[in-house]
Formats: sequence, C-alpha cells, structure tokens
Amino acid sequence: MSAIDFGRPVRAVRLFGDAVSHRLDVRTVAVCLALAALALVVALVTLASGDFQVALADVAGALLGQAEGRIRMVVLEWRLPRTALAVLLGAALGLAGAIFQSLTRNPLGSPDIIGFDAGAYTGALVIITLVGGGYFAVAGGALLGGLLTAALVYVLAYRRGVQGFRLIIVGIGVSAMLTSLNTWMLLRAKLEVAMAAAIWGAGSLNGMTLERLGYAGLILAVLVPLALAMSRPMAQLELGDDAARAMGVNAERSRLALLVVGVALTATVTATAGPIGFVALAAPQLARRLTGSAGVAMLPAAAMGALLLVSADYLAQRAFAPTQLPVGIVTVSLGGVYFAWLLLHEARRQ
Amino acid sequence: MSAVSATSRDLARQDAKRPGVANSNAARLFWLLVGVAVLLAVLLASIAIGSKDIPIGTVIDALFAYDDSDDHAIVQALRLPRTALGVTVGMALGMAGALIQALTRNPLADPGILGVNAGAAFFVVLAVGLFGITSVGGYVWFAFLGAIVTTLVVYGIGSAGRGGATPVRLTLAGVATAAVLTGISSAISLLDPETFDRMRHWRAGSLVTPGFEALFAVLPFVAVGLAIALLMARPLNAVALGDDLASALGADILRTRIGVVVATTLLAGAATAAAGPIGFVGLMVPHVSRWIVGPDQRWIFAYTAVLAPTLLLASDIVGRVVMRPGELQVGIVTAFVGAPVLILLARRRKVSGL
Amino acid sequence: MMDSKMNRHDPELGAAAPRLRAEGATIGYDQRVISTRLSVAIPDRSFTVIVGANACGKSTLLRALSRLIKPSEGRVVLDGQAISSLPAKEVARRLGLLPQTSIAPDGITVADLIARGRYPHQKLLRQWSREDEAAVIAAMEATKVTELSHRLVDELSGGQRQRVWVAMVLAQETPLLLLDEPTTFLDITHQIELLELMRDLNRRNGQTIVAVLHDLNHACRYASHIIAMRDGAIVAEGAPRDIVTAELVEAVFGLPCIIIDDPVAHTPLVIPKGFGAQAAAP
Repeated sequence: MSAIDFGRPVRAVRLFGDAVSHRLDVRTVAVCLALAALALVVALVTLASGDFQVALADVAGALLGQAEGRIRMVVLEWRLPRTALAVLLGAALGLAGAIFQSLTRNPLGSPDIIGFDAGAYTGALVIITLVGGGYFAVAGGALLGGLLTAALVYVLAYRRGVQGFRLIIVGIGVSAMLTSLNTWMLLRAKLEVAMAAAIWGAGSLNGMTLERLGYAGLILAVLVPLALAMSRPMAQLELGDDAARAMGVNAERSRLALLVVGVALTATVTATAGPIGFVALAAPQLARRLTGSAGVAMLPAAAMGALLLVSADYLAQRAFAPTQLPVGIVTVSLGGVYFAWLLLHEARRQ
Repeated sequence: MSAVSATSRDLARQDAKRPGVANSNAARLFWLLVGVAVLLAVLLASIAIGSKDIPIGTVIDALFAYDDSDDHAIVQALRLPRTALGVTVGMALGMAGALIQALTRNPLADPGILGVNAGAAFFVVLAVGLFGITSVGGYVWFAFLGAIVTTLVVYGIGSAGRGGATPVRLTLAGVATAAVLTGISSAISLLDPETFDRMRHWRAGSLVTPGFEALFAVLPFVAVGLAIALLMARPLNAVALGDDLASALGADILRTRIGVVVATTLLAGAATAAAGPIGFVGLMVPHVSRWIVGPDQRWIFAYTAVLAPTLLLASDIVGRVVMRPGELQVGIVTAFVGAPVLILLARRRKVSGL
Repeated sequence: MMDSKMNRHDPELGAAAPRLRAEGATIGYDQRVISTRLSVAIPDRSFTVIVGANACGKSTLLRALSRLIKPSEGRVVLDGQAISSLPAKEVARRLGLLPQTSIAPDGITVADLIARGRYPHQKLLRQWSREDEAAVIAAMEATKVTELSHRLVDELSGGQRQRVWVAMVLAQETPLLLLDEPTTFLDITHQIELLELMRDLNRRNGQTIVAVLHDLNHACRYASHIIAMRDGAIVAEGAPRDIVTAELVEAVFGLPCIIIDDPVAHTPLVIPKGFGAQAAAP
C-alpha cells in the first residue's frame, strides 16, 4: 500500500528490507497477464487445430512430454516451432517497437525508421535474386543487410550525438534508397524468383523447424533481459536529455545501447522469418491505450506483440485454408483494422 | 508616437533577419528565380536527352519542323508527353507533400499518409487481378478512384468524435488504412503470377506514357488541387501555430482541414494515377524548401512548386541515361537523387522540426 | 572595480570550502565561446543567484556547473574532484538541476513524475524503497502539490506544472540544487512562493541553491549571494547589499536606475529610471 496517491492503484512490493523493491502498477500488471494468457490460449488453439485435429487435452499432454506417435509428431515437431516462434518473435517485435517509439518520442517510431527493414530486404534480395541460397544464406544476408544499414544510418546521423529528428530524416533517406533498389531487383528477377522473394519480404512463418526455434530462442534469451534492464534509463530519457542527464543518465550511451538492442531484436525476427510488419508499430500503442500509462512501457508492448503475432499466424494458417498466407500480410491487415477500430472506439467514448 | 520612431520601426522590420538560409525577401525571390531557371534548363534537357542519342538540331526540328521520321516521333510522342507529365506530376506531388506536412505538423508525413498510394495500389490490384484490365489507360481511373475513396475513409476515421481530425488522429488513421489496403493488395497479387507481374511494374512508378492521354486526364484535377492549395497557404501559416492560436487569428480550422485534404487527394491521387506511386518527392522537397526559406508556407509552396518538378525531371533524365539502351524507372531513381541531398542537409544545418 | 571575494561579507556562510566551483573554464556551444577562463566558486550553503542581461552567459555557466556542458579549457570541480571524472549517478546524488525545458511524457501523473526524481538513488532491483517514498512525500509537501498528486501533468496550469518539476528535483534530495530560470512562466504569487520555498530550503535544510533569475529585485530580496554577469564574464559578486549599486546595474544591464531600501525586506530595491524624455530627474 502506498501513502502517495498516484491516481491509480499501486502496490509497493518489498523483499529483504528494501533491497528488492518495486512499485507495481496494478492495471499494467493485470493487462500484461491478461494479454499473456490470451496469447497462450490462441497458441494452444493453433496447436490443436488444422488438417489433423488434436484435442486440447492431448496438446497439453504433448507439451508436457507425455504424448507419443502421431500426436507427438504433429504437435511438437510440426506445429510447435511455428507457434512458439510466433509468440517469441511477436514479443521481440513489441519490445523493439517500444524502444524505438520511446527514443524517437514519436508514436510512428519503429525499426523501419532506422532503415533496418529496407536493408534486410535488400540483403535477402541479393541472396535470393542474384546469388542464390537456402534458408540460412537468406537469413544471413538479411541480417548483414539490416545491420549494415542501421550502422550506416547511425553514422550518417551522428554529429556530436544523435538527435532524434536527424536520425529519423537520415533513416527515411536511406530507407527510400534501399526500397528503390529493392523494387529494381524485384523487377529484374525472373517472375517465380521475384514471387518467392516477395513472399519472404512479406514475412512468413512457413516451414519453421525446432532448429530455427532454438537459434531464435537462444538469442532472444539474451536480448530480452538486456532490454528490460534498460527500461528505467529509457523512461528517464523521455523527460528530455537535460533532465535525464541531470539525474545521472548517460544520455548518449544509453541511447546507443537501446538502439543496439532494438536493432538486434528486429534483426533476430527478420533473419528468422523475414520482415514482419506492423507489430512493432502497433503493439506499443495498443498496449499503452489498454494500460493507460505514461510514455511507452516495454512489458505490455511485448505481451501485446506476442498476442498480435500469434493471432495473426492462426489466421494466416486457417483463414484461407488450405492456402497458407504469409503471416506478415495478416499482421499488416489486422494491425491496421485494430488501429482504425481503436481510433473510432476512442472517439465514441469521448 | 512620433513619426521618427515609426520610420525606424519600419526600417528595422525590413532589415530583420528571417529564418531559413535565404533570410530576406530579396534573397528568397532571387533564389526562386534561379530555381525557375534551373527548372527550365532541366525541362529542355528532358526533351533533348534520352536513351537514344538524338542530336540537338534534330530535336529542335522535331519541335518546329515536324516530319514523320523516327527521331522526330520519339521527341514528339515520347519525350514531350513525358516531360509535360514530369512537370505536372512533380508539382502535384511536391505541393501535396507541403500541404500534408503543414496540416499534420508532422515532418514524417508524405502524401501517402492519407492513404493515397495504398488506395491507388489497391484499386489497381483489383482492376488487374479481379477485372483483368491490362491497359494503362484503364488503370488511371481506378487508381484515381482508389485514392479518393481511401482518403475519404481516412478522413472519416480520423475525424470521428470530438476534436475532429487532429494531426495525430489523421496520421494514425492514414497509417491504419494504408496498412489494411497494403495487406490485402499483397495477398491478392501473391495469389496470381500475372497480377504480381503487372503490379511489380506499376509499383516502380514511371513517367513513360504514350501520348498526352494520361496527362490530359489528370490535368484538370491537378489544376483544381493547385488552386485550392494556393488558397490554403495563409491559413496554414496560422494552423502551424496550433489550433487555439490559429482560431484566435481567424483561421477557420475545419475549412482549412477540408481544403487541405481535398487538395492533397486531388494532387496526390492524380499524380499516382498518372505515373504510379512515386515516393520521396512529396516528403523531401517541402523539407528542403523549409530549410531554405523558413516556416512561411507561402514561400514553401512557391519553392516546392519549382523544386519538386526539377527533382522529378532530373531523376527521369538520369534514369534514361544511366542504363542505356534500357531505362531505369523514375520511381526508382528519385530516392537515389533526392536522399543524398536530404541527408547532406540534415547533417549540415541544425535540423529543425516543423 | 567590484570586490570579488565572496566569503568576506556574508555571515551565513560557514568556513567550509566551496563544494562547487569553476576553475579557468572556457565554455560555449558548438564553436561559439561564451565565457573564457571563467573562475567562480559557489559559497557553500548560500542561496546564490546569477543575474545578467539576456545572452550574458548565465545559463551557460549554470549548465557547465551542472555538467551538461564540458569546458574546453579548465574544469568544474565538485567536492575537490573534477566533475567530469565522477560517475554521473554520483554527481546526480549531490547536485540536482532543474533545466529550462523538460518534457513531461504523455499521460504522466504528478506523483509519477516526481517519483522519477529518485532515479539516482535507485538500482536495478531496488526501485521503490521506503526512502524513495518518504522523499517524494516530503517533496510534494514542500512544494504544496500534494492535492495534485493524482492529476495528469498535462492538465495542470503553468504555475502548478513548474512546482511539480521543482518537486521532482527536490525528491532527488541533493545538497546542491541548481535551477535554470525557474520563475519564468509563473505568475507573481507563484514566483514569490517558489522563491520563498528556495530560501526556506536553503535556510532550514542547508541546501546550497544556485538559481538563474532574470528579475534583479527578486535576486536582491532572496539571494544571500549574487553573481552578476555580462558578455560571459563576472562583473561582480557578493551579498546583494554589498554589490548592488546603480553603477553595477547600469554596467550589467545598461539600465539607468536608483537604488532604495526595500521597506519590507530591507534589501536593495532597483527602481528603473527609464530611457526617454519621460525619465525623471534623479
């Protein structure tokens, strides 16, 4: 119980005296838990449904390692990698979006701003249309392209520090050039190759395996805690550089660290599944509207991102069965509809 | 108040340093005229240069002493329409960008933010994918219709509720609608190879057009759009100060918003319908104008109207020359010509927002 | 020339060496040098006010003292060590700054914003200790914003918002407090309230306060030590009644005036004479 009126229910959690202490915003925690629970439900339903129906009880059993034979193969080897990746990558995207929107102080801030998505697509297109290669070659190309682009944008925007607006402008410029390059590469390639490249470019979770899940999971296991550890300096930076530095935040270094983590999160998603659009943009804003909190918060954004992507993947697989849509197409369409509905809903409430 | 002090105040005002690199009216007018001269030069170059080398003498003959030779046909039937289209589309895109940046007070805005590009693309995909329309002339009206319908939807969503279409709500509504339409467009085009093929060509944005048909189709809309835009320049100066101050200064916020949205739709819709989606011009040129002349919308509009077609035509010329005997579409080149300039400017000046 | 030894006249100062001082600091922005080899010491436990005309370098000096600007020559010293060599959080525990412009994140409540001021005292795991809570409560009471604690900062008036920002810096609980033009957007009541609060903090808690003010009369009335600047250099410093004369005001501000005794506070009161034909004869 807090003696201060924060305007909303708040609980102070204290252990070992004050050595471990935290101020919990009840509504934020409730929203995070609800979103996570919903994401879990959708994941389970996805695991259960499809050409081969599996009862939910059997799905649970398989996850606990108690199933055998056909059920085990279908749930654990075919479906689990894809669905688990949807949850993990969605959370990563939500986190990355929160970081970029907080840093740029703009609700339209997203990793695309730094040119990453365009660069990743360029790298992948080079591999797909010019060099030729399999999954890991494309992933590597995308990673390289994206990281080089982000680095280039940072360097070009750096002039005694990276001021948010300059970063955005340079990011837009570099993105535009790379997008043009991509359009050109798509035009030059043979039709089938171009279509395959376009499917990658839309972002797709088709053909995910346990191996790919493992790689992504390992990387995210490092990145996500790093990001969460930086959530407080990120919140301080939102007060303006002067105020943040006056309170002991090293503004330039914190910003760079946050940028690197944000880019790394995006890079992991892009390398694994191609550039999945809109989740990084929409998740933080949608989460914010639900929690009613100040600024951009990481955990709610991550939870919302997971829910968005896992739901999108379910639709991508089932909505037009037997055709499987690239999940990126669904996120973009779905995200847009959510946004529009939310705008209308807010308006009516006013 | 003595006469002496009044005069000194007037003198002080004339000499006053104004924002922007060109910081007096005289300087601004001078550079504007320089810009016009450059535009004319680029215009002439666009008629004279192409993927096929045609000597200047022949070009002049083609304009004034036409005979039916191949070279003359190229000049009259290909380069002239293309140049005229370039000027028109460039001006339209630049002005649309200036309008939308002024209205939304968001320097990240480009005409696409009202969903124009996504809407045009969506309707073109429908035309090609569902109705099997294959002629460019057929697309034009679909693209235009798509742009208009989408803008109406975006404005509708953005203006619902109290407060109306504030910059933030318009922007978000535009992003949302564009996203949905892009998603559906991608889905349709990925399902059918021929649709995909046509769309990937359309998306590159090109000024290549047989004859003046497309130009004459969109010219009236561009003209009306430009006229409305000119009327919006002064109200937009007030709007830039924020809604409250703008009303206090007598600007009718609602009428300005509607005027800008209508003008932007006409201009950006016409441009996209005629030439496909050409990005970057509408985003970049108003920025550059603002850095040169400061935040007065009237000067920004004037400079944009001159600089934007220059950028577009210059890009088109580069596209014709750089890959002879083939061509590079203008939509692909504009970013490569414009972005380095934008980045250079962002590095040189203390970058200001809107 | 004005006497520039500051410890001599002010009985409120202890014998302690000044904790915060600049030594031969050349400071400026982006290639423009504002002050060259400036040396100044902030008397410990004083309420120091820096005054001067616009663009005389007072804010620049304050920003250099608070580590926001690094001098190109010379250094700023805090507690005997170069301030740039100390860890940022350590500096933030000793020195608080209220900058001229800060951004309140969208939708933040008063209590939340003030709580952000506890950052220098918090660690990764220790994010809301009892000290943190007590400091926030004390800060809200000192600035009289306790009833506003649940309100959104966006919805407050200018005066209320400024008090909330001051509360945030107070929550930082630093022995040194720097404020850059804190009274600029406040109405007179709130200006006086804020100045009295600053004087109280200085007298009761012994906090050293350094403020940039543009109202010279406020400085005379509340400050225990004034630093008058012009064109990046210090023209005079000392207790108000010792240094504020008509000649000083004319030298620093270019304003002809007379000085009388403030009948309430018995500090110097500057009465401007004006410039034109209406100027009264002395």
